[in-house]
Amino acid sequence: MTDILTDVMPATGPVVLEAIHLRKHYAVKRGAFKPAATVKALDGVSFQLEAGKTLAVVGESGCGKSTLARSVTMIEPPSSGQLLYDGRDVVGRTASEMKELRRTVQMVFQNPYGSLNPRKTVGSILSEPLVINTPMGKQERRERAVAMMAKVGLRPDQVDRYPHMFSGGQRQRIAIARALMLNPRVVVADEPVSALDVSIQAQVLNLMMDLQEELNLAYLFISHDLSVVRHIADAVMVMYLGRPVEHGPKDVVYSRPRHPYTRILMAATPRVNPALRAERVIPKGELPSPLNPPPGCPFHKRCPHATERCAVEVPALRPVDERLVACHFAEEMV
Amino acid sequence: MHTMPLLDIKNLSVEFTTRAGTFRAVDGIDLTVDEGEVVGIVGESGSGKSVTSLAVMGLLGSNGTVVADRMRFGGKDLLAMSPAQRRKITGKDVAMVFQEPMSSLNPCFTVGFQIMETLKVHEGLSGKALRNRAIELLEQVGIPAPESRLSAFPHQLSGGMNQRVMIAIAIACNPRLLVADEPTTALDVTIQKQILDLLVRLQKERGMALILITHDMGVVAETAQRVVVMYAGQVAETRPVDALFKAPRHPYTGALLDALPERALGKRRLPTIPGVVPGIGDRPQGCLFNPRCRFATDRCRIERPALFDVDAGKARCFYPLADAPVGAGEVL
Repeated sequence: MTDILTDVMPATGPVVLEAIHLRKHYAVKRGAFKPAATVKALDGVSFQLEAGKTLAVVGESGCGKSTLARSVTMIEPPSSGQLLYDGRDVVGRTASEMKELRRTVQMVFQNPYGSLNPRKTVGSILSEPLVINTPMGKQERRERAVAMMAKVGLRPDQVDRYPHMFSGGQRQRIAIARALMLNPRVVVADEPVSALDVSIQAQVLNLMMDLQEELNLAYLFISHDLSVVRHIADAVMVMYLGRPVEHGPKDVVYSRPRHPYTRILMAATPRVNPALRAERVIPKGELPSPLNPPPGCPFHKRCPHATERCAVEVPALRPVDERLVACHFAEEMV
Repeated sequence: MHTMPLLDIKNLSVEFTTRAGTFRAVDGIDLTVDEGEVVGIVGESGSGKSVTSLAVMGLLGSNGTVVADRMRFGGKDLLAMSPAQRRKITGKDVAMVFQEPMSSLNPCFTVGFQIMETLKVHEGLSGKALRNRAIELLEQVGIPAPESRLSAFPHQLSGGMNQRVMIAIAIACNPRLLVADEPTTALDVTIQKQILDLLVRLQKERGMALILITHDMGVVAETAQRVVVMYAGQVAETRPVDALFKAPRHPYTGALLDALPERALGKRRLPTIPGVVPGIGDRPQGCLFNPRCRFATDRCRIERPALFDVDAGKARCFYPLADAPVGAGEVL
């Protein structure tokens, strides 16, 4: 492990998805007389996602986690960088090869009230992916839809119902079922439980973990909730302003966080158990505008440990104590 | 001698008339809040926690009917008041902070105008004094460069800053009770921490009472002194915060705590509560929680339990949980 000096966290099992230095830059118009500015929504993100494992991406709004989801699912192509599925580069594929690749990665969205078409029955929502991607007949598609409903814990006799007849948790089950219709190997879940009540959240998390075990799915799990991530993830990547600041195995990151931002996020998470509460650190400041990120370390203006060096020099992502971390003083953070 | 509580509500019910019939969103709630006390109200969506707060504020729409045996604030009977008298209290002695700062502020007016509006109506301030008071309030809620922010519109500020403005408006007239309905749900965790800290600091400095409504158990545990757990329009359990989180008495509270990933460390599966919160037409007979409760007996399915005394509080259950609730796991 010690000889690896790249900024990619090395995988230990078969890799289904690899991202290498993904970047997504948007040009933003600022009016007629100003030049367009660039928002670096993703600024060099690399990771390896293993089959049957969960990589969680955490960070506050505006850190680039949803842009990452959109890039990985090929909804939007990255500005630069490579995306490899089973070692095959996504860029430069023909249309038919892309269609094939897209089947391997599916997405579950945050809001189950907005992501299901209210005018379609569950049956037709679930069989729609099969219409485009498989030669199956109508009867077979329906059978598949019914079987998938049973698999995600919905009553198969409700196949002709409309989304509004289901509760939030059931709708998220429908969204998960839809994502699984084409037997994907990777599921990108963008805040899949944050719109749900605690008791329902637990049901959906359990379902996701059961399905992962049964189907050997790899999850890219995007969330802002550190306690949910701790439960479901195998590896964690903490992002800030489009860049990973800490990336490593879950237990390593949670038991010994090395980046000040990770530490602040953990301290800010409300805890039920008083013994788990960190000393009252009140995080200062807010996320800077991505149009005008500070020079040096993007976090230095909010960081309690910042020095002059942090205001000038951008810290590189480097291996420290079994994980990657982008902080000049990572060794001293214990 | 026990002093009179600041807010004293007995047997409050709120019914909504819809085309489908009447629906009782809040069903016989007792709620007392002492001067300077922080009370947390927790519950899932549909538990009636927001409707309760709107009833306290007198902000329910015309299709909502409020019935109560007693509803007193600072010794005054809220039920006997005319709407005009009620409006003098709302926004002055009782103020509210809503969930969505972006949609609670008026996008057409500057932040300064919206703060000064409250001060004009309730305090009768004008001119220089009005402006100075607005700047002072923005300063108190931790907004940098307050003079220049007075002319900012809500869309020019971040969500956290807008929530600070909402809080500034709420505390403008030195309320004796502040009702905060999910004040941090729309915000990021670091900003949430800042806002909660601000609320608690203001509450302490001013000796103000605070009702904090949330679905987040962690937020209540860290902020409140006393907790009211609501389920399907009723109070399921009400106890001091430490006692409640250490040893919940109502099976619903226990199950809700068990479902938190924080409490399931090391376990692969999270304990869940089967089913969903009963909706408009499907309130069960007997205890409202009985179809989802693992301890339910025939008695629970027929008879509706009252709020019984348990240690340091009350729980609406025939068979309150013992000290070490089943499945609560080890305390880490």
